Amino acid sequence: MNQLVDMLLTGLEDTLYMTFLSAAIGLAIGLPLGAILTITSKGHALESPRLNRTLGAVVNMGRSFPSLILIILLLPLSRLIVGTTLGPTAALVPLSVEMAPFIGRITENAFKEVEKGKIEAALAMGTGPWAMVCKILVPEALPSLVRGVTLILISTLGLTAIAGCIGAGGLGSLAIRYGYQRFRTDIMFATVSLLILLVTAIQLTGNRVARRIGRRRHVYE
Amino acid sequence: MKAEAAGPLADGAMISVRDLRKTFVTPAAKVAALAGVDLDIRKGDIFGIVGFSGSGKSTLLRCINLLERPDSGTVRMEGKETTTLDRRQLGALRQKVGMIFQHFHLFDARTVADNIAYPLEIAKVGRKRIAARVEELASLVGIADKLKAYPGQLSGGQKQRVAIARALANDPIVLLSDEATSALDPETTWSILQLLKDINVNTGLTIAFVTHELDVVRVLCNRVAVLEAGRVMEKGEVGQVFHNPRSLAGKRLVEISRGFREGSLYTDGGGI
Repeated sequence: MNQLVDMLLTGLEDTLYMTFLSAAIGLAIGLPLGAILTITSKGHALESPRLNRTLGAVVNMGRSFPSLILIILLLPLSRLIVGTTLGPTAALVPLSVEMAPFIGRITENAFKEVEKGKIEAALAMGTGPWAMVCKILVPEALPSLVRGVTLILISTLGLTAIAGCIGAGGLGSLAIRYGYQRFRTDIMFATVSLLILLVTAIQLTGNRVARRIGRRRHVYE
Repeated sequence: MKAEAAGPLADGAMISVRDLRKTFVTPAAKVAALAGVDLDIRKGDIFGIVGFSGSGKSTLLRCINLLERPDSGTVRMEGKETTTLDRRQLGALRQKVGMIFQHFHLFDARTVADNIAYPLEIAKVGRKRIAARVEELASLVGIADKLKAYPGQLSGGQKQRVAIARALANDPIVLLSDEATSALDPETTWSILQLLKDINVNTGLTIAFVTHELDVVRVLCNRVAVLEAGRVMEKGEVGQVFHNPRSLAGKRLVEISRGFREGSLYTDGGGI
């Protein structure tokens, strides 16, 4: 029994590590991507149809790979950066690369929700591209961005289970190796319960933070 | 230069528009929003730009600070051509042109004080000077007690006051107003007009005021242009245009406004 708990705790720890760190790295790539996609669009602070189209195509390409295939394709990159293709740290590389284009689109969507009039007002005051992102888009879209991050964390969590199939470790890996391949229904049940709890916790926290930001600004949806 | 060929600069013109054209291409049709507009707005004018919906008045205003790119024609501000500026130069120019809108467009993430401070932040003004200027502007527009509030807590009139303070923060040479009173009730409209008029009298600020409300022009403006189908049908002193409109568009506007006041309305021989 103790061994089982230990195993689950290690799995949980690995899953949390992979989820939060790869989501963070993915955000570091995806947020700027979404920002550039937004401000290069028509009538924005850095209008550039060519850059916008090119970047859009790259994002679409990145998103069209089935997750498992992309993770496998990126294993050599893990070996290059981390030195191994096994374990949670090695999984960070493919996970964040996989998440980045998705995060880019989510960010872009959040930014495009900012009322067009506000963007125009900002432009009319002489706002440049940098200030547009940092002083207008991010603060104005913050509640949507928080909801986006919630979505991103939960998607990343799901992706760690897929990475678990090919040696990343974590709860997903436990569910497959013990729950599925060795018919340990108890372990399957335990891991799935833990995942449900995680998803619920992330979602509730995200909703709460977004609502709180809105309330502070006296903007109610 | 192109600008020289387009026509002579009127004396003391703050904004000089020559043969401005803009066509919007939609899947359904090509719409000529501006079909050759000539206009001079002098320093210190409160210049009304009136017309029915779709007459091109907003497009004209938006071409002045190039929120809209004209297809051809020239816009000069203090004699300087604006349509050929690059992105950075345009940004610098826009910092000197305030603009207010029908729906205010305040930043919800910022308090009233931070909204007013925004143009100063962009212009890299120091923090202490920003704080002093924000106080000064807030008391000028009469919202000194709301500095810590968020736009979501304000009424329409208060929001427009904040927007005016924000537009004035950088000491603009021109204030562009796009239907700034059209979403406000009559009493609030009146107070905003008084505020704009006071600012004009005290500082000599040039204001270009787009509206479809004729009474607003009558109260606020000294000169006016009547737009229809992307052309200036008539322009001149407000008193002259209102008492003796020469163009058909001008006559229709004045008649409708009078008709409403008298409780009946006749156009083209039919009653509404």
